[in-house]
Formats: sequence, C-alpha cells, structure tokens
Amino acid sequence: MRAVLSIVWKEFVQLRRDPRLFPVLFVSPVLQILLLGYAANLDVREIPSVVCDLDRSAASRAFLDEFVNSGYFTVRARPERMADIDPYIDGGRAALAVVVPRGFGDKLAGSKPASVLIIADGSESQTATIGVNYATSIANRRAQRIVFDRLERVRGPGPKPALVKAEVRVWYNPELRSRNFMIPAILGLVLMIMTITLASMGIVREKEAGTMEQLIVTPIRPYQLIAGKLLPFTLIGLVEAGFVIAVARLWFGTPLRGSLALLFLMCLAFMLNTLAMGLFVSTVSRSQQQAMFTTIFLVMPMILLGGFVFPVENMPPLFQLVSRAVPTRYFFVAIRGIMLRGAGWPELWPQAAALLILGTALFALSVLRFRKKLD
Amino acid sequence: MAEPAIEVRSLTKRFGDFVAVDAVSFEVERGRIFGFLGANGAGKSTTIRMLCGLLDPTSGAATVGGHDIRREPERVKRAIGYMSQRFSLYGDLTVAENIGFFGGAYGLSRRALAERLPWVLGLAGLVGRERSLTRTLSVGWKQRLALGCAVLHEPRIVFLDEPTGGVDPASRRRFWELINGLSERGITVFVTTHYLDEAEYCNDIRLIHAGRIVAGGSPRELKTSVIRNPILEVACDRIVEALEILQKEPWVLETSIFGMSLHISVEDEEEGRRLIAARLGREGIAVHRADRIMPSLEDVFIHKIEEQAGTGEAGEARP
Repeated sequence: MRAVLSIVWKEFVQLRRDPRLFPVLFVSPVLQILLLGYAANLDVREIPSVVCDLDRSAASRAFLDEFVNSGYFTVRARPERMADIDPYIDGGRAALAVVVPRGFGDKLAGSKPASVLIIADGSESQTATIGVNYATSIANRRAQRIVFDRLERVRGPGPKPALVKAEVRVWYNPELRSRNFMIPAILGLVLMIMTITLASMGIVREKEAGTMEQLIVTPIRPYQLIAGKLLPFTLIGLVEAGFVIAVARLWFGTPLRGSLALLFLMCLAFMLNTLAMGLFVSTVSRSQQQAMFTTIFLVMPMILLGGFVFPVENMPPLFQLVSRAVPTRYFFVAIRGIMLRGAGWPELWPQAAALLILGTALFALSVLRFRKKLD
Repeated sequence: MAEPAIEVRSLTKRFGDFVAVDAVSFEVERGRIFGFLGANGAGKSTTIRMLCGLLDPTSGAATVGGHDIRREPERVKRAIGYMSQRFSLYGDLTVAENIGFFGGAYGLSRRALAERLPWVLGLAGLVGRERSLTRTLSVGWKQRLALGCAVLHEPRIVFLDEPTGGVDPASRRRFWELINGLSERGITVFVTTHYLDEAEYCNDIRLIHAGRIVAGGSPRELKTSVIRNPILEVACDRIVEALEILQKEPWVLETSIFGMSLHISVEDEEEGRRLIAARLGREGIAVHRADRIMPSLEDVFIHKIEEQAGTGEAGEARP
C-alpha cells in the first residue's frame, strides 16, 4: 500500500510541475466540448437554395412563397433561366434548386396534374435528403390544399373530408435537436482520449527516461506499479467528466434527467476499459510517438463502431457483431440514457455489466502483457 | 568460507544471433569491491541487468545474496541496490522527493525514511539542496544522489553500472571514496567500468571481452600472473619510428605506445635491453632509458585480447 501511495503521490507532484500538461488536462476538455458541441450538429436548417420561376403566374408565386417562408431554406438567387441554376449547384453555393415550369398555373387551372422540379446536390447527402424531404412535404401540403379547395367549390360549403393524420409526439428530445444526442457522447470521447493518452504516455515516458529501469529493480510488484500509475488518471478522468457535464448542462442546456451518481459510476466502468487500453498501448510501445500512433489506431474504431454518429443498428451484421467488443457502444447508450431519458439502474444494468466484463478482460490482457522487465 | 554474495554459473544472454554474454562464471565474495572491466558492448551491462532481474538470462544460473535470480527475483530485489548507467531518477522531482519516493518504493516506514534521509544527503553531499530539482544538478551530484537512492534501503549488495561515466576526474575520485566507504560497512559492491585506472580500486577484477571473461584476479595477481615476460619501458627519440622498427623484430613479443614511451615485451630483461639499444642505435635513434616495469592493467588487457584474437576465438568488441 505504501508503495502504491508513493507512486500516486509522485505522479501528482510530476503533474503539478509540468507547465504544459496542466492546461492540457483541464482546459482542453472544456474547449473540446465547446467546439464539438457546436460542430457536431446534424440539424439541417437554412439550406442554401435557388428558386426559378419560369411560369410567373399567381399560382407559381403562391407556391414559391410557401417554400421560401417555411424557414428551412435561404434563397440565394432567383435565376430567370434553367441554365443559370447550374453554376450555383456546381459551385456549392446552393444545395437545392426549385424550378416551377412554364404552364404550372394553367395546368392547375385546367385541373391537370402539374409538377415542380427539385434539384438537390447529392454530394452532401445529409443536407440533400433533408432538403428534398422538406420540399416534397411543402409540395404535398400545397397539393392537398388545392384538392380541398376544389372539393369545396364543387360540393359547396360543408364538412371537410376525413383524413388520417399522424399526430407525432417526440419524447425526451421534443425538438429533435441532434446536439442533445451528440453532447453526451462527446463526454465519452473526451474521457476516452484523455485516459488512454495519459495512461500510455505516463508509462512510456518512464521507459524513455530510463526511470522504469530503476522502478523495475525495486521490490514494487507489477500490480502495485499499475495501480499507482493508473489511480491518479482515474481521478483526473472523473474531474474532467465533471467539467464536461457542467459545460453540457450550463452552456448547452443539455438535460440531465437521470442520477449524477450513476453517471459517474458509468464513467468509472468506462475508464476501466480505456485505462486498460492505455496500459496495453504502453506495453507495445517503446516511445511516446509509437504510443500516440497506436492510440489513434485504437480510438478511430471506438468512435465509429461505438455509435458516436452512426447508429449501431444501421451497420451491417458483421460490424454489429464486432461492435459488441467496443466499450464505447455501451457507454454511449448508457450516458445518453441517463442524460436524456433519465434512465436508471433497471434499464442500464446490462450496459454496466458489459463495461465491467469487457474492462476486466482488457485489464487482464494488459496486465499479463505488462512485465517488470526491460526486454 | 562464507557463502559468496554473488555466484554466477555459465550465464548466457543472446539477442537474436548476437551473443552478448557467453557462458560467464564467477563468484563475488562478501564485502569486496568487484570490478567488471571491459570495453563498451563487451557484455558488462547485460550481465549486471541479468543479475538485477532487469533481463531474463537465455541460459545459465546465478544467485545474488543467496537467492536464485530466476526463481526468487523479488527476494533478489530486496537484497540489492542498483544504479544504472543512465541517470534514472526523476529530473522533475526535488532531491528530497526522489529520496522520499524511492524510500516508499522500497517499503521504508516514515520513521526509517526520516533517519535515512540525512544520511543519504550527507553521502551525496547535497545537504542544503534538498529542494533543488534533480535535473538542475551537475552530473557528479546526480551520480552521488543516484548512489544514495540505490543504498537507501541498506542493501547487502549494490550494483553500479558505469557509475563514473561522463564525470570529471575529481568527482570520479570522490565517487570511489564513497564506494570504499560502502565496502567498509560490509556492503558488497559490484561495479562495471571501462576506465582501467579505476580497476586499481577493486579487490577483485574480471576482464570481459566480447561476452567472455578473459582474465580475473586481484589487480596485483593480474599484473604478475598474466604477463610473465618482462616489459621494458623504453624512452627514446622518434618513438613512432622506433615502434615500427621494433615491431618487425622476431625477439620482440608485444609492443605498445604509452604516452612518451614504449612498452616492449621481451623474452629476457637483460638481453632485451641490449638488443633494443643496438637495433635502434643502428637507425640513429638514441635510447635514453629502458627499465623493467610492472605491467599496467592496460598491458594485461591488451595482452589478453591479442592472445584471444591470435587463437581466433574472440570476436570484435562492439562499440
């Protein structure tokens, strides 16, 4: 115990003395969540668009007004000719174009089917999909109104025809703000990158400096050495989690509906995994540079397979299987559940169990690889 | 005789195809200063690292303080102190913090540490500099602090790997006084060096070359037993030219240049002196003096390595 405490104390003294490490530890997580909180936003609003009215009738103007006033589109230009649309789309200045063809108003007046042309830039598939959906629904609404008006004119005033209408209630995130979905996951990201890096660097640095040699000849047992090196990083990880949660709550107004204690417990279970990974990286690296590259190599699949942006359910079956071995997968579910849905132990114990089992396995693997030897 | 402090039997270490240490065997008596001499890459550090449990031997056996290095590495670690070739304390901790940390690592109680701290500071000559960051100390001070940390837990045996590398002569001398002091307290000191003059401080020496022990004994034994033929120290004019001339003579056994004189090994002292004067006289080189000398350890070392090279057994020493 004395030996472990000696190492913990030494780590803190060294941390305090490192003038660059201190800001990295406590300023960068806050900066990261601020940056990512604004950047990691999947909501599509104010899509840059151009509208081209070739018909110039009352009907076409009414349709385009509805489009422009919907709030989803920002009209960049109103070209007179179809050919003038191309440069806007090609140059990336507009993601969507709406063209009302000549004869639109006449066709409607003559009760013939009329169409509008919507051109979308598919290279930005996210924006294109959403833009097309908005535009289509605006057109449909318009069509519906025309049908009703026509019916009314034919049958005279009376009850409106019955329609099935979907009444949508979005729970937990009523405005469907993707930021609420992203921010809890950013906590996982910050925690993961910080703890893997700290743990791997902290051990590899001792190898590089030659101090590991001196540690090896002391009677400190490997498990004591590992505990002494990793305990400080666990504490730092928890403090950073606190910072990130505070920024999420106070700055971005992300809800925190569940228990804060459970949240921290989940962070601890998650860090069991990430610190084990850091330890593993240190056993396969001789220099800090190698450790850095190995860390990046590990972190990428953790982000992509864990469901940070792309839901695990959308992946091909093989990748879904692989993602079962990725701790972030369970942590993202747990933390989104706690923060957004107020989920508690009854809902999240499977995630906690998965994190503990996976973490223990990773830890065992790393400890077995970690030998108190030079070669 | 008591059980030796260190006993090594056919200890071997290979790195791939390279045999760093080739079946070395030796014993170190308790309380002695044991010097392991050799060029860089001869296998000194590899041997010491195996004995301290830093490297696993490829084959062979050794006991340190009565403990088998393979079966009881943790017991070995309690019995020994180790000072590495590279400075391996924490540069970003202060002097006192380093001592405190290693005290804790060796499991010293707070009280024991409080007793040992002034002793180590005194030993290292760092009283009053407890709060200095270790990286700001001069090399000589760092070495002495490293020695202090290595003996903090009062080990019976200390391993010092090139402790005086890169230190000025005055600091080297002071360091050897410390080593003598440890020896007087009954501590066995195992020290490696490539400074041959330092070997004179040792009670017992092994010369290692290309992973093999080529000679051993006390400095005096080595000088008298290894080289039986007399060595003449010849002071003359144009020594480089004289060396080249003498090297070609069949009656000259070995030659080397030592500062401003030549060391010439011959079969017989009197005859050799006469032959040298005559041969160099013919070239018009005046011989001022040709005295028989006790061979230096350097003579012994060169003799042994040339002997090995002659039999074709020794490989090249790696730099």
